[in-house]
Amino acid sequence: MVTSILPLVMSDAVVKRRAKVLLGPVNLTISQTGFTIVMGPNGAGKTTLLRSLHGLERLAQGRAQWQTPLKDARRRQAFVFQSPIVLRRSVLENLTYPLRLRGTEKGRATALARDWAQRVGLGDALDNPAPQLSGGEKQKLALARALITQPDIVFLDEPCANLDGRATREIEDVLQASNAAGTRIVMATHNIGQAKRLALDVVFLLRGKIVEQSPAGAFFEEPKTPQAAALLRGDIVE
Amino acid sequence: MGDIWEGISAGFWLVVTLDPDLVEITLMSLRVTVTATFVASCFALPFGAWLAIRRFRYRRFVIAVLNALMGLPPVVVGLIVYLLLSRSGPFGVLGLLFTPTAMIIAQVIIITPLIASIAHQAIRDIWAEYHDLLISMSTSKRQRIATLIWDGRRALMTAALAGFGRAIGEVGAIMIVGGNIDHATRVLTTAIALETGKGDFSLALGLGFVLIALAVTVNILIHAIGRTERDGKW
Repeated sequence: MVTSILPLVMSDAVVKRRAKVLLGPVNLTISQTGFTIVMGPNGAGKTTLLRSLHGLERLAQGRAQWQTPLKDARRRQAFVFQSPIVLRRSVLENLTYPLRLRGTEKGRATALARDWAQRVGLGDALDNPAPQLSGGEKQKLALARALITQPDIVFLDEPCANLDGRATREIEDVLQASNAAGTRIVMATHNIGQAKRLALDVVFLLRGKIVEQSPAGAFFEEPKTPQAAALLRGDIVE
Repeated sequence: MGDIWEGISAGFWLVVTLDPDLVEITLMSLRVTVTATFVASCFALPFGAWLAIRRFRYRRFVIAVLNALMGLPPVVVGLIVYLLLSRSGPFGVLGLLFTPTAMIIAQVIIITPLIASIAHQAIRDIWAEYHDLLISMSTSKRQRIATLIWDGRRALMTAALAGFGRAIGEVGAIMIVGGNIDHATRVLTTAIALETGKGDFSLALGLGFVLIALAVTVNILIHAIGRTERDGKW
């Protein structure tokens, strides 16, 4: 049996840039299962939190502890960026890339890539150059590429920002299916409707600090902080 | 103006009649330059990629030196290679002086900084685009370099072609280390220099036009093979 890399325990984590504290101190545990939505106004530190959980940001102090050695943990997680990054290759080659990195045999990698392309609605675009896809298609490709290795956890940084309703729905369907299949999901979003549809628990950030962490029902029904309540009312929160 | 027309005419007839000397000289030019470009690219392309992704203390200094070396004076390179390969030099025992190998060595030294510098700039742009993704995917340094080289292959081809262009038109270094020996180390540029010295301007011009045509043809051929500048390619 393969041990999960989760839970991830982040303790007293601080991220600084040019001596300015961007995040923290943060204490957060990401359990083995669930769908966590990270919310907060612009500049609250949502992206920095996700990036530091994933290891893209160096912690100035504190630590993030996985349940398996770091090298193994790094290989078993994925990140979807707000602005999708696609390789200057075809859709098929983008999808097989992470599998080939892990030594998956070419035939099997291609078969998996075809399957995932179908799932995200890119089955007819396999040979198309990825940089020429639309914004929504690029994001679906980035999502499929992140999920194709069946990671233990996926971090998503506002994956549906700038997408229309249909593309958002397709991405949400894929995320819910993957979550049901056992992939832990941590996602930042500004979209309250989307958060309500997807979240099992919510982390609310303000000025680089976690000010509220609750089950989704409790957060949306009775937010503990006035800022969260204001955000849910649709007021401007700074 | 008359010399130019005579040159065009001479060049045309040399090509049409497949003049044996011209064919031999052209093939020698291609052999030396293509080999030098290939060897230099093997060093310069990975080095340019490595330089783009690696952070170390004297990185800026190395980049500045590399850029400065793009303007290496070929005659000085030729002189140094000559001294190294001459009988009394450290590599004299190899007997390489006045051989095509010596010419290749000189050209490799001249074009490696050029190819590496252009490759570094091209790879740097792709690295800026891919940085977060490749770090996120936990790629090794080797995998990153391989990915950047593959995805930047068209830009890198341009770097290699720049090296080819510099090498095939080079005369100073290969004249010194090759000696312009007939049927041994004579190439188009040294032949042009020789004919000019003899006062046979029309033949020199003819060879010059053949040289230009050769450089253009190789470039077009490489672009055609690489399928650049077409829809759906980058």
